[in-house]
Amino acid sequence: MTSKFATLALGLAVGLAGVGLGASGASAQATLNNVKQKGFLQCGANTGLAGFGVPDAQGNWTGFDVDYCRAIAAAIFGDPTKVRFTPLAAKDRFTALQSGEVDVLIRNTTVTMSRDTTLGLDFPAVNYYDGQGFMVRKKLGVASAKELNGASVCTQQGTTTELNLADYFRGNNMKYEVVAFATSDETFKAYDTGRCDAFTTDASGLYAERLRASAPDDHIVLPEIISKEPLGPGVRQGDPQWADLVRWTHNALLIAEELGVTKANVDQMLKSDNPEVKRLLGVEGSFGESIGLTKDWVVRMVKGVGNYGEIFERNVGEGSRLKIKRGLNALWNKGGLQFAAPIR
Amino acid sequence: MSSIARAPQPAKASFVNDPKVRGIVYQIVLVAVIVGLVWMAASNAIENLRAAKIASGFGFLNSTSGFDVSQTLIPYSATSTYGAAFIVGLLNTLLVAAIGVVLATFLGFLIGIARLSSNWIVARVATAYVELIRNLPLLLQLLFWYIAVLRSLPEPRNSLGVGTSVFLNNRGLYIPRPVFAPDAWIVLAAFALGVVAAIGYAVRAHRRQAATGQQSPVISASIGFVVGLPLLAWAVLALVAANPISFDLPIKGTFNLRGGLQVFPELVALTLGLVIYTAAFIAEIVRAGILAVSKGQTEAAHALGIKPGHTLRLVVIPQAMRVIIPPLTSQYLNLTKNSSLAVVIGYPDLVQVFMGTVLNQTGQAIECVAMTMAVYLTISIATASFMNWYNARKALVER
Amino acid sequence: MAVQSLSGGSLSYVQARQSDPLPPPTLVRGPIAWARQNLFSSVPNTILTLVVLYLLYLLVPPLVRFLFIDAVWTGADRAACREDMAGRPVGACWAFVVDRIGYFTYGAYPVAERWRVDVWFAMLAFGLGWLLWLKAPRRDIGAAYFFIVFPIASFVLLTGWRAIGLEPVSTAFWGGILVTLLVSVVGIVFSLPFGILLALGRRSKLPLVRLACVIFIEVIRGVPLITVLIMANTMLPLFLPAGITVDRLLRPLVGVAIFASAYMAEVVRGGLQAVPKGQYEGAMSLGLGYWRMMGLIVLPQALRIVIPGIVNTFIGLFKDTSLVYVIGVFDLMKTIESARIDPQWAAPTVSNTGYAFAALFYFLCCFGMSRYSLMVERRLAAGQRR
Repeated sequence: MTSKFATLALGLAVGLAGVGLGASGASAQATLNNVKQKGFLQCGANTGLAGFGVPDAQGNWTGFDVDYCRAIAAAIFGDPTKVRFTPLAAKDRFTALQSGEVDVLIRNTTVTMSRDTTLGLDFPAVNYYDGQGFMVRKKLGVASAKELNGASVCTQQGTTTELNLADYFRGNNMKYEVVAFATSDETFKAYDTGRCDAFTTDASGLYAERLRASAPDDHIVLPEIISKEPLGPGVRQGDPQWADLVRWTHNALLIAEELGVTKANVDQMLKSDNPEVKRLLGVEGSFGESIGLTKDWVVRMVKGVGNYGEIFERNVGEGSRLKIKRGLNALWNKGGLQFAAPIR
Repeated sequence: MSSIARAPQPAKASFVNDPKVRGIVYQIVLVAVIVGLVWMAASNAIENLRAAKIASGFGFLNSTSGFDVSQTLIPYSATSTYGAAFIVGLLNTLLVAAIGVVLATFLGFLIGIARLSSNWIVARVATAYVELIRNLPLLLQLLFWYIAVLRSLPEPRNSLGVGTSVFLNNRGLYIPRPVFAPDAWIVLAAFALGVVAAIGYAVRAHRRQAATGQQSPVISASIGFVVGLPLLAWAVLALVAANPISFDLPIKGTFNLRGGLQVFPELVALTLGLVIYTAAFIAEIVRAGILAVSKGQTEAAHALGIKPGHTLRLVVIPQAMRVIIPPLTSQYLNLTKNSSLAVVIGYPDLVQVFMGTVLNQTGQAIECVAMTMAVYLTISIATASFMNWYNARKALVER
Repeated sequence: MAVQSLSGGSLSYVQARQSDPLPPPTLVRGPIAWARQNLFSSVPNTILTLVVLYLLYLLVPPLVRFLFIDAVWTGADRAACREDMAGRPVGACWAFVVDRIGYFTYGAYPVAERWRVDVWFAMLAFGLGWLLWLKAPRRDIGAAYFFIVFPIASFVLLTGWRAIGLEPVSTAFWGGILVTLLVSVVGIVFSLPFGILLALGRRSKLPLVRLACVIFIEVIRGVPLITVLIMANTMLPLFLPAGITVDRLLRPLVGVAIFASAYMAEVVRGGLQAVPKGQYEGAMSLGLGYWRMMGLIVLPQALRIVIPGIVNTFIGLFKDTSLVYVIGVFDLMKTIESARIDPQWAAPTVSNTGYAFAALFYFLCCFGMSRYSLMVERRLAAGQRR
């Protein structure tokens, strides 16, 4: 029996050692070096939002936010597959970033002042301009959110959505019944089963979730947008080099679209005479080196995932199943808000 | 000085082998380890919270919450405080626990007795119920019931109506809500008086039966007191003054019914799931309790000509209760703790509201987790002490 | 004659006339007699029987129709399971389960590496069989295998180790039955030794040790598992030094291990209390120290008594592992939840089919374990009866 005890004690010790192995060190400083050392980028992603970040049954990730992760990986390693994804629920995402579990959080996260200032995070860019909307069943005959007085609304708890919803109904002096769930899956499931008259989340999310309805054509998205939701990647505060890298990744993807540099023609574009294109693709200047990368960082990105417009179209745009119009996310010269600072 | 020859002493155990010394050393080591761990955890937490710029302390309980909750037993809106949200969640947990305990006890006793029935099919069905329910996770059952409740009920536009004031649809059950006028307290007082009178009458009847063997119509008299007195008070008030209690009836609105008292489907599904699950365990306890009562007791009762129903109620169950109560208590506690699974079906209980929404909105994990755990611990300790007291009282009755 | 003369007298209570023969006793064998005795012995019993039969009639045929008769067994997507597309009433959509069985078993574990999970399942079955089969040879080696070799091998096998050619697989990809079993196994492997230590501590003569164990056990047993899991999920990272992160799957494992230990401690304590005092005194009189007394004399007896209790705790733990779903771990329930809202399989009966599959899995496991526990209990009782 003593020997059994010894074996038990040993088992415990080994088990604890196993626990220790599970933990991995990460430092708030010099994320870029850390990433280069690891050989891959650890990216905080959604647990599953069609078009933005969703794993299939084999664990392959696709989506708009996912392509941003791949773009960063491509810029660093020249290989868009050198990225690993951590699916994060809304309530876990900031702790995961703060604790160094992920290097960057690209998970349809709204930039707000309190998140930027009190959570120890930075939001270097806005890659998707969004706003909160409502989806209802067609047969209710509702044409505007203003007609929702007395409705039951399904929403996800622990998000800005829940707070905006309360503000909107209070501001318009309307009554409603809120049914809040922990995850977006449960929320939409309850709506689809008929528990609620309306379902609310970011407009992009509404289009994505509508695909999962038992009969997608029975639902419409109401025109009102009740909040501003600029979605963007988040990084830890206190590492300006890493924040710069993330910010300029976004800018470069926009400029590539603006200048017509696409996944298909990027090699020919290297011979372009346009000085802007030359600077973008690293033919002139050494802008890539200034953020700790190589000169051809943009070439690597565009080769890997395409420019902003291509990423948008492929995942959420008219060509995809979500069929979202560019709207606010069109380039500035096409009536949208996407306006990149120039590379010079 | 030390010239006196000492008597040979038994070899003293060496200092390291003295059990007392060892005990003290063990305890010092243990305390040191615990203090060390707590200190490390606390200092890390303080450091991490400062780095993450998360506030600490319980000041957040006075800040405006900004979110709404569907089922609130006290007045609550988005302009209320996080503290109020805590109370809302707590009351919702207590509500579902209270309903669940009562119903699960009924169902559990029913099934437990059915398992011992001489009727073959009744016993088999009860056994199948217990085996099936006990071997499936509660979470699975709750998800199933929630879908089952939602799917089996019609949309608000096709509400099932009972009369013109009770409606059932997939948003819940709507019943008239009593609205009390200022002098309605008289009716409530009459009700309280009726309850007291009924208890008094029952006690007297019991004594009379013990002394003379004559039975009194306890049930009909009790109903008379409890129902009749308030009705009388109501009638008198309605005649001399205004109607003291009116009813707010649910009426159809654009989307849904308005007014009335709404019982949410989440509450129904959660109660259903908890009751069905816990009843299976209670049934086993009841069965074991009844089996623990000697068969001679039943046979003696039958020999005295007591009917089977009365034998069960007056002879077997009172004796079985002594065996039943301790494990029954832990089932009540389990039900209360299991009500925290509300989180998967969107019932706003303490865990959902406070450990879910409030924790996410404020980020003050330590405070929220500590408060929630403290609530459950308090409930556990309070129930356990009450049941110990009750158990002691029951045990004393034995002669 | 004498009788007749007596009948004329005052003894009117004496039967004067021969009574008619009683009818033959009712048939006591055969189905009709059985039914009369067991189902229709009295009026209330008859009513009860009819009510139950009616309930069964309401419940069983639709269930059978849903699960088998109307069920769809093959199909590639939701078209097979929608009434409007299939053109017939549709019950359980087993085609959905067949299509997603890989996902339910392994989660998103890379397809090329799934053989490793299969090996792990086999190792687990082997270890459990060795431990649970009471007549198996060398069960001490079995215990060593299960509590030491198996955990290490599992860790290497599942997470991977490049040096021996196993590609690392992030725990983010693990899911389904793999995770459900993993959480349960970690619960049992850790809770048994910790539970024994806590139980010994609670019965210790050292006041501080006892106090610490009582507080730990009672606090954990007084709160719901969900709160322990949420605590492990949100607070564990806070209590560790900055920069150290804990794997997402490891957090609920820590929570489950802590929770199960507290319950196991109470079970073991019951066993310790049931060991007669004479055993302790006998051990002490032989000059055995505390650990030897416990290890050689008391615990072997105590643990033997509580084997059914341990198995029952494990059944509870096994069912409770489904709660890790709440904190976003991809266990069996979570994979079913996420698969059933996949638009590819959006059909009305898909949800209930998924639940039926989960119910079948849990029921088979739990029912099997409870039968095993009953068997051991009966055996132990047989030993006591002598």
